[in-house]
Amino acid sequence: MAKEQLMPYEQAIEQFEVVIGLEVHVELNTKSKMFCGCANIFGNEPNTNVCPICIGLPGSLPAVNKKAVESSIAIGLALGCQIAPTGRFSRKNYFYPDLAKNFQTSQYDEPIAFEGKINIELEDGEVFEVLIERAHMEEDAGKLTHVGGATGRIQGAEYSLVDYNRAGVPLVEIVTKPVFGAGAKAPELAAAYVHAIRDIVKSMNVSDARMERGNVRCDANVSLRPKGQQKLGTRTETKNVNSLRSVENAVRYEIQRQAHILANGGTIIQETRHWHEDRGHTSAGRPKSDADDYRYFPEPDLVPVQPSAAWIEEIRAALPENPALRRKRLMEAWGFAELEFRDVVNSDLLDQVEATVAAGAAPQAARKWWTGELARVANAQETAVQDLSITPAQVAKIQQLIDSGELTDRMARDVVAGVLAGEGEPEAVIEKRGLKVVSDDGALIAAIDEALAKQPDVLEKIREGKVQAAGAVIGAVMQAMRGQVDAARVRELILERAK
Amino acid sequence: MSELIHKSASELADLIASKAVSSVEVTEAFFDRSVELNPLTHSYLYLNRDTALGAAKAADAALAGGEKLSPLHGVPIAVKDNLTTTDAPTTSGSKILEGWVPQYDATVVAKLRQAGLPILGKTNLDEFAMGSSTEYSAYGPSKNPWDLTRIPGGSGGGSSSAVAGHLAPIAIGSDTGGSIRFPAAVTGSVGAKPTYGAVSRYGLIALASSLDQIGPVSNTVLDSALLQDVISGHDKHDSTSLPQSLGSMADAVRNADVKGLRIGVVKQLDSDAFQPGVKACFDDTIAKLVAAGAEVVTVDCPSFEYAIAAYYLILPAEASSNLAKFDSVRFGLRVTPEGNPTIERVMAATREAGFGPEVKRRIILGTYALSSGYYDAYYGSAQKVRTLIQQDLAKAFSQVDVLLTPTAPTTAFKIGEKVNDPLAMYLNDIATIPANLAGIPGMSVPNGLAFEDGLPSGVQILAPAMQDAQMYRVGSIIEQMYLAEWGSPLIAKAPKLEVL
Repeated sequence: MAKEQLMPYEQAIEQFEVVIGLEVHVELNTKSKMFCGCANIFGNEPNTNVCPICIGLPGSLPAVNKKAVESSIAIGLALGCQIAPTGRFSRKNYFYPDLAKNFQTSQYDEPIAFEGKINIELEDGEVFEVLIERAHMEEDAGKLTHVGGATGRIQGAEYSLVDYNRAGVPLVEIVTKPVFGAGAKAPELAAAYVHAIRDIVKSMNVSDARMERGNVRCDANVSLRPKGQQKLGTRTETKNVNSLRSVENAVRYEIQRQAHILANGGTIIQETRHWHEDRGHTSAGRPKSDADDYRYFPEPDLVPVQPSAAWIEEIRAALPENPALRRKRLMEAWGFAELEFRDVVNSDLLDQVEATVAAGAAPQAARKWWTGELARVANAQETAVQDLSITPAQVAKIQQLIDSGELTDRMARDVVAGVLAGEGEPEAVIEKRGLKVVSDDGALIAAIDEALAKQPDVLEKIREGKVQAAGAVIGAVMQAMRGQVDAARVRELILERAK
Repeated sequence: MSELIHKSASELADLIASKAVSSVEVTEAFFDRSVELNPLTHSYLYLNRDTALGAAKAADAALAGGEKLSPLHGVPIAVKDNLTTTDAPTTSGSKILEGWVPQYDATVVAKLRQAGLPILGKTNLDEFAMGSSTEYSAYGPSKNPWDLTRIPGGSGGGSSSAVAGHLAPIAIGSDTGGSIRFPAAVTGSVGAKPTYGAVSRYGLIALASSLDQIGPVSNTVLDSALLQDVISGHDKHDSTSLPQSLGSMADAVRNADVKGLRIGVVKQLDSDAFQPGVKACFDDTIAKLVAAGAEVVTVDCPSFEYAIAAYYLILPAEASSNLAKFDSVRFGLRVTPEGNPTIERVMAATREAGFGPEVKRRIILGTYALSSGYYDAYYGSAQKVRTLIQQDLAKAFSQVDVLLTPTAPTTAFKIGEKVNDPLAMYLNDIATIPANLAGIPGMSVPNGLAFEDGLPSGVQILAPAMQDAQMYRVGSIIEQMYLAEWGSPLIAKAPKLEVL
């Protein structure tokens, strides 16, 4: 394929106003599928989680998964949407071999949630309000694998395989209203928006939210119009954007591609485009027009979904805090440096640190345990920190023992190792391993004197102001006491001797 | 054994329950007769002696163990071939499903098995239940036992001819616009379409989801009532099935009393569209009811005029979507065309070869009616007519308990007479369609032979939604009045079927 010509980004932004619109599909993590009892599991042998309903055998009928409705309402509420008191499913009719019934059961003109908004904060602190048009329920299609042929697409393939395990998996599609005014930041905003949606559904535990598995998928609509023009330009819809970086890059690419065409007197074709992450460009897919006729009509096999006001309020009451607001709150409360905080967030340890702080540990201490020693142990064991068998309460307890001087840092690491090894609560580990700070200064002072005798010039150096010289003695004392002393106390005592 | 085949299902059930005969004996009698006469009537597309007798043996064994599974325990039954069965192919009368054996039983089939009814076989129908004569069956038409040159009605002509010809004591049908009631009328048998949602549609190969309803076919009103009691009830697999029970239809039949009955006659259905002999039978029924003390009122249902037009938009629209799954990918026929076999070309070739002309006609009609730009004018307007019909009926039922109409405009017509005139065929359903559009129950009961041709006529009883018991009550009253006059059921006047 000939490489398409692009206008330099800054020039494109200068000449055109960028309008974006985002459609995010969220795969719910319900136990069963949207309309049947089949397991909703990723990665099983092809066509093992199927039944007459999800492969569309003659005579079969759908029945709505209540949990999926609950999750959809929760997503709607988290996005500030109104919830429809009644909503019908419709049939979207088109033929494709991954679509068992050759129609998709989807909400069309009666989405379960509508008219919401969400604030998106960019890296530089600028906040954009993104308006949500709707969030509606639908079912996923099966997965096609095209064998033979150069492109891996259905055209030119020798044959195609279809796996219906994914057919009927519940999806919520979240559609924004057109987003204006982001200018050069439009690509960043698009990615930040998808990031925010991913965080929200993850915090609510309604989706596994793993983009690499397609749990969260984004279609990005981009159009340009000359600055000052009222009429919206022709848009393209870029599909297959399955990472945050891809969202940003794909939007950026489309802006540059469309700008070049428009600036040279060309017209944009309304079409779906495919994003190729490896090659960093989009390519034309199927032409799309508003005349695409899906012959929607109300699904006669299902009665309307009518969530009661009481149920909606119950779901609302159970919503977790908005992840962005929570981060803001915690960062302020903990007083971390930005890098420290980002480290916690990126390691997905907010919950652990928060719980450890709640159990009495100082925020910095809690952070150090989780992103430091525990992360190191997890890494060595090739497991996730979150999966280690130690609770925030246990970490907080160990930290408390350090603070009170009952454990040294080194002993505390031993206690952690004991807890992880299943030796019980920290107190029990301390007991079993005989980890006790020697609080009788007599033995300690004797050890210090012995060490000082071996390095007679140290006290002199300290008196001259070279305090770091104490380090060598501290090391020797710690070794002599087999680590069961507080290094800070040792240092204190050495400095006292130097007076 | 020949006396067994003329008995009603309730009589057979009593004989089996009292161990005067076994289910195996009864099933064998009907099975042997079916094998002998099916070449004449072509009622069945599939008969299986082993599975039928196996179920009969199990029924006898259960009874020997003191277990009576239902009031119809041990009585054999025929099932329309658009219900899925794991032990018999299910074709829905189409070449596109030839040889397909479903992986699951329809809810109704499962209920029949649980109730101890051996299934004799699968009965013929117009392809995907689209038709009024069985002439659109891809496997050839069924014949009317009263006159083998005539149609047995449709789409459920296999079930009606099986019951009227005593190839089965009872049968299951499905009714989207009259497919149980019209065949009952023209074969002198009884057939009922319950309230929409009374019987689960799970496993019924859909024609038009919002209109389809499964119901009983029999020779007596009590038999239909007993069968409806067996097959009805909420099913979690069918969201549109009613959550509540409608009570016992058999009780309604046994306690039928004409006292205080108010009957409505629809003004709009008193027209020249009806054959004089059929009208004469209908007038006779009304006269008898008046003589017995019923009150008769003429009611106005102006929207009935638009019922057929609305029906032939809603039905094809839903059918065009329901039939999209027949694409060769997962089951059924696959035709690979010459040249490059892309998926689109394989789908197109399969559907071209697998669907018959009436099915294609309705898919095209329905696709058109749902198209962008036409939706409001066609499908949208049709749904409005549906609401108007419901309002007309609500108004009528505020004045009367039931409505009576002739079931069909004519008696059984000749095979071939209307097959090339779809519009004439569609008009057969003029009196039955409103019940499907409104979701109300309707049944056809024999009410005599038309004077012109000596062929059976039927009277239709329509009741308000969920008042199926009221419909059975009136059906029983009418049946008893005619039994008193004739001394035997109308079906006893049918000519004897014989293989020449």
